[in-house]
Amino acid sequence: MTTRIDRRFAALAAENRAALVTYLMAGDPDPATSLEVFHAMAKAGADVLEIGMAFTDPMADGPSIQAAGLRALQAGMTLKKTLALVADFRKTDDDTPIVLMGYYNPIYVMGVDKFLAAAQEAGVDGLIVVDLPPEEDDELCLPALKAGLNFIRLATPTTDDRRLPSVLNNTSGFVYYVSLTGITGAAIADYGKVGAAVARIKGHTALPVAVGFGVKTADNARQIAAQADGVVVGTALVDALKKSLDADNKATSGTVEAVAALVRELASGVSAGRKVAAE
Amino acid sequence: MNQQTPNSFRTGPDERGRFGLFGGRFVAETLMPLILDLEAAYEQAKTDPAFHAEIAHLHTHYVGRPSPLYLAERLTEHLGGAKVYFKRDELNHTGAHKINNVLGQILLARRMGKKRIIAETGAGQHGVATATACAKYGLECVVYMGAVDVERQKPNVFRMKMLGATVVPVQSGARTLKDAMNEALRDWVTNVENTFYCIGTAAGPHPYPAMVRDFQSIIGKEAKEQVMAAEGRLPDSIIACIGGGSNAIGLFHPFLDDKSVAIYGVEAAGHGLNVDNGHAASLAGGKPGVLHGNRTYLLMDDDGQILEGHSISAGLDYPGIGPEHAWLRDVGRVTYLSATDKEALAAFQLCSQLEGIIPALEPAHALAKVMELAPKLPKDHVMVMNMCGRGDKDIFAVAEYLGGM
Repeated sequence: MTTRIDRRFAALAAENRAALVTYLMAGDPDPATSLEVFHAMAKAGADVLEIGMAFTDPMADGPSIQAAGLRALQAGMTLKKTLALVADFRKTDDDTPIVLMGYYNPIYVMGVDKFLAAAQEAGVDGLIVVDLPPEEDDELCLPALKAGLNFIRLATPTTDDRRLPSVLNNTSGFVYYVSLTGITGAAIADYGKVGAAVARIKGHTALPVAVGFGVKTADNARQIAAQADGVVVGTALVDALKKSLDADNKATSGTVEAVAALVRELASGVSAGRKVAAE
Repeated sequence: MNQQTPNSFRTGPDERGRFGLFGGRFVAETLMPLILDLEAAYEQAKTDPAFHAEIAHLHTHYVGRPSPLYLAERLTEHLGGAKVYFKRDELNHTGAHKINNVLGQILLARRMGKKRIIAETGAGQHGVATATACAKYGLECVVYMGAVDVERQKPNVFRMKMLGATVVPVQSGARTLKDAMNEALRDWVTNVENTFYCIGTAAGPHPYPAMVRDFQSIIGKEAKEQVMAAEGRLPDSIIACIGGGSNAIGLFHPFLDDKSVAIYGVEAAGHGLNVDNGHAASLAGGKPGVLHGNRTYLLMDDDGQILEGHSISAGLDYPGIGPEHAWLRDVGRVTYLSATDKEALAAFQLCSQLEGIIPALEPAHALAKVMELAPKLPKDHVMVMNMCGRGDKDIFAVAEYLGGM
């Protein structure tokens, strides 16, 4: 069974281009603006959309994404509304892969079966659930795979060779390599180590490897794109969105374009990555 | 509940860190290898007589254990029913049961070669205990504390600083214990190489709930011997307050298979169980969910968003509870009650005036239920309450609640 994610990575590999994977929180700063922003990102060159599911206690996120979650929750965002947002997005875009990213509790409370059915119905392709390591695979990972959704796992610098096989075992879609130990939005990665880390993971899997944490500029993106199958950008986009809001954290006329402009810039960096590598 | 009664209530958790449905290891991948290392180190230490000897030595010479079992005569007389004993863990060095757990974990951190210790704290008792042990062993200590708690537990903030710890006021969320734990987890994810996370309660990812319980079980082991010596038999009931539930599981665990012993845990009912988001009683008002590395009862809304809750006691002001308590409730071995802010304040005053013991607001919750249960029980009923902390840290906050004394 292939998903939009599998097809997108295959198409990009054929073009010899890395994927630009972009993250924003669903419903930040409100559901309507959020929908517009996601469409604008896809048009501006985002290859895969990671859409955050707001949670009160995002233990692995830094201040930017914490604040984005709170803005979304204050705007009345719920898991149901996040799924509805994806369904709305799919009305006019049936190609761009969508990965929902967040924490397990809201899914667990909705009920795993109910959530998976609703996610598929809405047009979700994959899931990243930060607090579900392989040790808890029977909770959501295995049911999700069975339902035909990708379950994308984070591999980190602490995931050693002993552990990599179990981390990769039930992973599908792509592997998300977190290039440093820390929370989202932390300092920039050590580029020298990224290539080696990607090679190490590729020694264990045929899946594409996307690299994130610390990517903020087109130049960062270019350097990562030269060494990986995908570049994940989150905090920088969340910050660009936040900067465009008014004093009450409401969207302004510049909000959609502020995000789209950064996506265009990052996309140009990602495209340049392979050209440099090929030279 | 329709579950079969197990042969023993003391065998948990299973190899996945589960107590029935509860517990587990719900953490980010970055932390998973650390948790597995910790589990291996703890399993190894557990079977090492030298580790136990070191703890026993510290208990005797540093903590002041065994803590006394004290017959509260005037309180017993006043209540006119059950004979009430206090297990005096408030007499420990640093003023609460927290030091029992901290010394165990710090010895383990030393065995693992970790030089930097982080901790979360609510009332500040765990933070003080951690700062104390770090001072004793020359380790760097960073304590995360909700900004609201920094304000309401000032004496403990001063103590931690005096002991050389860095206290980080946490400004996210409700700025209480839950948020302090989030921030400590973020620190741990960032500083995996050199840092040991010293969790203060019997919650979090496996092996913490079992490990903290084991370190706190000294309370119940001593109480059992002491009550046998004083009364020649087991107590009829034991009772303790519950936030995360470490003092309670420490008292309860050695008694779980003694079927004649009734066991009561007391949650914080804050403004009242019927007040929306106005209490911290996760068993009474919550449902199963996943937070801070484990599945347990949580206070949350229909969307699975965690609620902030409320309790006058910073140590009980937490929207979850240790997973073993969640299981003990579901299998029916322990009866969980709750006490409001008001009831705890009344107990705080009564105990101070009748026994010359100023309790912490946390055990004042347990005492509030002793005051309710004891009068209805016969005079030969022996009840043991865990006086798990002293109230010095609370006197200013209580004075404010009582309108300045």
